[in-house]
Amino acid sequence: MTDQSSMRFDLQIISSWIQEDSTVLDLGCGKGDLLDFLRTHKKIRGVGIEQDEEKVACAISRGLTVLQGDLSMEVVDYPDNRFDYIVLSQTLQQVYEPAELLKELVRIGRRVIVSFPNFSHWGVRLQVLLAGRAPKNDHLPYDWYDTPNIRVITMKDFRLFMKEIGVCILKETAINTHHHDIKGHIVRILPDWRATYGIFLVASCLDGKCEPL
Amino acid sequence: MDKSGRKYFTFAEPPGQIILENGSLLGPVTIAYETYGQLAADKSNVILIEHAFSGDSHVACHAEDEDEASRPGWWDNMVGPEKGIDTNIYFVVCANILGGCMGTTGPTSLNPATGKPYGLDFPVVTIADMVHVQKKLLDFLGIKQVLSVIGGSVGGMQVLQWCVSYPEMVRSAVPLATTMRHSALAIAFNEVARQAIMADPHWNGGDYYGKAMPEMGLAVARMIAHITYLSDESMRRKFGRNLQDKSDFSFNFDVDFQVESYLRYQGSKFVRRFDANSFLYITKAADYFDLEASDGTSINTLNDSQTRFLVVSFTSDWLYPTYQSKELVKALKKNGLDVSFCEIEADCGHDAFLLPNCRLDSLIAGFLKGVAEND
Repeated sequence: MTDQSSMRFDLQIISSWIQEDSTVLDLGCGKGDLLDFLRTHKKIRGVGIEQDEEKVACAISRGLTVLQGDLSMEVVDYPDNRFDYIVLSQTLQQVYEPAELLKELVRIGRRVIVSFPNFSHWGVRLQVLLAGRAPKNDHLPYDWYDTPNIRVITMKDFRLFMKEIGVCILKETAINTHHHDIKGHIVRILPDWRATYGIFLVASCLDGKCEPL
Repeated sequence: MDKSGRKYFTFAEPPGQIILENGSLLGPVTIAYETYGQLAADKSNVILIEHAFSGDSHVACHAEDEDEASRPGWWDNMVGPEKGIDTNIYFVVCANILGGCMGTTGPTSLNPATGKPYGLDFPVVTIADMVHVQKKLLDFLGIKQVLSVIGGSVGGMQVLQWCVSYPEMVRSAVPLATTMRHSALAIAFNEVARQAIMADPHWNGGDYYGKAMPEMGLAVARMIAHITYLSDESMRRKFGRNLQDKSDFSFNFDVDFQVESYLRYQGSKFVRRFDANSFLYITKAADYFDLEASDGTSINTLNDSQTRFLVVSFTSDWLYPTYQSKELVKALKKNGLDVSFCEIEADCGHDAFLLPNCRLDSLIAGFLKGVAEND
């Protein structure tokens, strides 16, 4: 069983946003830690999508419902509002067609929770400005030529992006944590500069308002 | 029960024959089946295993004794105490399919109208008919619901048919290396195999019982089928271009290559245990299988079903390739069903589902545990 303190910090925040007895789709669910936690502590009914065979097998062996496949392809099969929540954690920056994906997600889920590394963190800015190098640090440990993070997003970019594709932001939290780190804290002052990750709760909006859950 | 651990259930004595999908009547019907493990008092631990094309009810050895019952089963690596399907926990039932030749009524059985084996007078049966008679067996055993129906290949088709025909009886389903609809490729191979049997002069329009058997035709049919169970990679690894017991070509039409020798061996081994007419009937049932087309009952009528699915495909299976499992998964998702899917990396082709694979063991064991704990 997964307990809260052993989960990645952004997943701890995300799970606190999910209501009990809801249905959850976790995209890029890995070995199913978040789903396992939510199933035990929030009595959710969950589905995971994961590409890696070994992780899929591990998650299914835990009794979780998990589909092996590419998340952009898998989400299109679901009917409208199939899930109460969809979780896309630390994956958006690796998606080839983020606009198409986000539109699908707000179609099949009433609420979508997105977390991603914030590329406007001061450390990243300084690296570009002073060293003249593409950002590389503890939580973005890749070189430009081998990074899976093909999308460079900042929290500001994401807000604008949501506006452009007609998606409402219901809640946002900036956190400071390291990749895969279980410890972290919420950043309230100058989040765009100081947060390593942004977490957003979004939903489809009609006439500027989103449907109640 | 006979010495091999096989039990028999006979029903549908005339005039109470069953009506088959093609409208014809059949009876009496005998089902050969075997059971493993202990049935729980509340009957909540039943697992029905569906064998593939040439299998039988002997899914695993019955351990304890030295007699025939302890001979190896076709899925010994999966079924048994503390295995993927743990017979210390579950009560496993496996029945020989209708139209088969391993104890259940089929073309080798005596036709009550003539007192002779049916041969081609046996009606053409479908996957739905196979499942229909298994339902009668479960009724006889007093089992109203099974924890899971599990099977690969033609067995996987029966698994899916169970979910469509009797959704309320199936808590979970594990279709392995299978399809919702037999493809043109799969039909083509079956047709070539059937032609091989029917071209054998000893086949004699299906009337060969008590006479010379169409051994050559059946052996060639098996050789064709066997190729579809392997893969390019596994054949390359196992045989390559190696020669059989010689260092140079013979420059005639005897066996030169190891792969030829292997196929001939597989063919001749098969004719000792299988009936040529059964081969025709079972391949036809597989070819007719199309869950999307059957009127009224299809995957799309399952939208209020509570059945949980675990769909598994294997990367090198070219008989029922992964895209066919994905089509099934897609249909299940669209209908709001609870479905898990895993494509297991395996280079040994369609046969992979039968071979020892710890990933498949843990997938099935974990899935079953989850289903059992969920209620």
